[in-house]
Amino acid sequence: MLDGYPVFTPHSEYARSIASLSFGVLWTALGIFLLVAGLVTYATYKFKAKPGEKTPKPVYGNTKLEIAYTLSFVVILGTISVFSIRAMEASDPPTGEHPDDLLIIAHQWWWEVRYPSAGIITANEIHIPIHHPEQLGFESADVIHDFWVPELGRKMDIIPGIENKSWIAADNPGTYFGACAEYCGQEHAWMRIRVVAQTPEAFSAWEQAQLRVPATPENGEAMEGAKYFQELSCASCHTIRGTDAQARIGPDLTHVASRETLAAGRLDNTPANLAKWLLEPDLVKPGCRMPNLHLPRQQQDSLVAYLETLQ
Amino acid sequence: MSEISVLPLPMRELAEFEEKGTILSWLSSCDHKQIGIMYLLTAVAFFIVGGCEALFMRIQLAIPNNHFLKPETYDQLFTMHGTTMIFLVIVPALLGLSMYLVPLMIGARDVAFPRLNALGFWLLLFGGIFLYTSIFFGNAPDMGWFSYAPLSEKPYSSLPGVDFWALGLFSIGIGTVASGINIIVTILTLRAPGMKMKRLPLFAWMTFVNSFLIVFALPALNAALAMLLIDRGLHARFFTPDAGGSPVMWQHFFWSFGHPEVYIMVLPAFGIISEVVPVFSRQPIFGYGFVAASTVAIALLSFAVWAHHMFAVGLGHSMDIFFALGSMLIAVPTGIKVFNWVFTMWHGAIRYTTAMKFAAAFLIEFTIGGLSGVIFAVVPMDWQLTDTYVIVAHIHYVLFGGTMFALFAGTYYWWPKMTGRLLSERLGTWHFWTTVIGFNATFFVQHMLGFAGMTRRVWTYPDLPHWGLLNMISTVGAFVLAGSTVFLFWNMLWSGKHGRTAGANPWEAWTLEWATSSPPPLYNFAEVPPVHGPRPLWDLEHPDEQDRFLNK
Repeated sequence: MLDGYPVFTPHSEYARSIASLSFGVLWTALGIFLLVAGLVTYATYKFKAKPGEKTPKPVYGNTKLEIAYTLSFVVILGTISVFSIRAMEASDPPTGEHPDDLLIIAHQWWWEVRYPSAGIITANEIHIPIHHPEQLGFESADVIHDFWVPELGRKMDIIPGIENKSWIAADNPGTYFGACAEYCGQEHAWMRIRVVAQTPEAFSAWEQAQLRVPATPENGEAMEGAKYFQELSCASCHTIRGTDAQARIGPDLTHVASRETLAAGRLDNTPANLAKWLLEPDLVKPGCRMPNLHLPRQQQDSLVAYLETLQ
Repeated sequence: MSEISVLPLPMRELAEFEEKGTILSWLSSCDHKQIGIMYLLTAVAFFIVGGCEALFMRIQLAIPNNHFLKPETYDQLFTMHGTTMIFLVIVPALLGLSMYLVPLMIGARDVAFPRLNALGFWLLLFGGIFLYTSIFFGNAPDMGWFSYAPLSEKPYSSLPGVDFWALGLFSIGIGTVASGINIIVTILTLRAPGMKMKRLPLFAWMTFVNSFLIVFALPALNAALAMLLIDRGLHARFFTPDAGGSPVMWQHFFWSFGHPEVYIMVLPAFGIISEVVPVFSRQPIFGYGFVAASTVAIALLSFAVWAHHMFAVGLGHSMDIFFALGSMLIAVPTGIKVFNWVFTMWHGAIRYTTAMKFAAAFLIEFTIGGLSGVIFAVVPMDWQLTDTYVIVAHIHYVLFGGTMFALFAGTYYWWPKMTGRLLSERLGTWHFWTTVIGFNATFFVQHMLGFAGMTRRVWTYPDLPHWGLLNMISTVGAFVLAGSTVFLFWNMLWSGKHGRTAGANPWEAWTLEWATSSPPPLYNFAEVPPVHGPRPLWDLEHPDEQDRFLNK
């Protein structure tokens, strides 16, 4: 019944402590709502004026009753506060001075993801091993963003000049959807992120694959594409390790074909969609920083063929 | 009869103003009633504009991956919708009612500073018009109604929309402060003989407290706007980190204004409910003292809750806890009020006029908004739900289900006083039910959208489970809600021709505004009835059972 409501289907200790607190608070709120709505409805029928009814005897108040409900609000809200403060510790444990496991750099409108100790740089997709809490460090390249993957835990603002940190973990393998939650300009809507939680074996396989420097294709269309990539303006924004393209303005494309989506969640990563994205980025994601290079068909096909080799 | 205070009539000046009704007499007016009505007309005009902006947004969001609007258009629409509804609809509507009613309720001829009153109104109106002229100079502002830096700074918003926004609000802010000062002084100095502060009608009480909020909160906004303009125009670095400024400082400034602002938008609405519910329940307010005192408590606490808008900023747990407890505390006086209104209905003889229907619905809708507000005082829940559609639902349950429902109740209640004619109850009932259905269809599902992970301020969204369906329901609801206002406007036009003549006191109400003709003459009262308690007209009619309570 709660499928599709990620706030209520937690997949980590952090998110679970928030979800169970939420259920308690929401049931309490529902109870209070039913009480008020019930009283109003009851009064509506019970005390509706009958035709010709005279003005009833005035009731000016009932200090005891008023004090009683004032105190009961204090008790209810106090209790909620106690549970709330306890859940803060559980859902957002203190972060340490030790180096971050992952560094998330938010850009208008995509995510750069770095694994400092392994030396991996990827984009818009975070891979983590299950049952292994990772400390996230956040940086903003421009305006305020906010990292939010509801099934895995709290959201955290990413503010220029401020070093925020938080924890992420997952209990089960799976893909968890998230998004930038702070309005950050035109394409805020398409600044989505996903977390892929994997078994330790699958995760280290992914890690090994990401660390490999891809071979430059030596024949066919892909080779043409590799040439265009360096000659056209692609290389002035993007990095592909093992080539001359070393710019850090757009996402690192070293293993672009291994990712699930393009343009921060805008499209599934298929060759057809990649072609569409290269051809008309301004239509696929209006406002995005990727320019329309007005590629001729043949260059576009070659580039797709090349980028698809970057597994 | 010596208790009846007769105000000396300045007959000569009065004769000069009798040609009321020409356009010039409105434009040059310093009469609190005319200025009040001009505020209300301003609010109606901008309500239509802001409502249309909302409808365009809802069309865009009706289906996933929609391309009806471009993102830059959508961003301007939600920024202008929020700014318009807050600064140019709700605040002027409440100020208009206050300006119209407060002098009448306290038995005065006008506000303390009639010309300042006019200045406040015109500053607000021209601020609003100035804001909208941005459309002709490149773009409307598109950085959201709270304009977070550094998105609002030159490098990220190079078009002049932000400057129009800041200057427009600056003017509105000054005008609003002027009005706040005016109301405070009016209530302190111009009350009729016998009207002690503890006999003040609750609407006047809440407007009075509210004016202190205005006077203390708005300057924080204006200071921030000045800094933003200096940043943008003169390359200062107040809100960017590169030279020691901080984007978080903008948020502190903005919300230390912004949260009191939320109460500025609900306290007078509470005042309306505190008048309407007793009159139509034929009972005095249940616990006058608690209702009045809880207003003061809300006002004081409202300055200690602002950072609950910033729990996701990462201020640290101790800061979060401080503001969370403040926000929990403010729920106490708010809850007291709701229960006092409910118990006012108890042992009454309730007349379900349209005004009372809206007031009763207010109790239920506002309770939803209040309870969803408590969610955001629970810090971990806030970490999940802030900046999602739950927030959008919450603010609309407070400002529409709360304030707008109260304003509708007030419209049906005071329209006869302002125009001399009653509105149609039959059209009113249509208006009421279409509003209730449209409003809840639009906004209730938005709670679920937030739980489903939809963030606010997205111009489009992927086709995730539930998102398409819930958004479609919300869009259909928005059109029902828009349609409901047609009944209201039709009713107003209808009443101008066919409405029954109201007479001085059609509702058998008890406060002083009902002691004079409808509409009141320019000088309000020839003579003011004696005031012995909070319900002077009740005392007048029931000399043997006057309100002894509080009459000491």
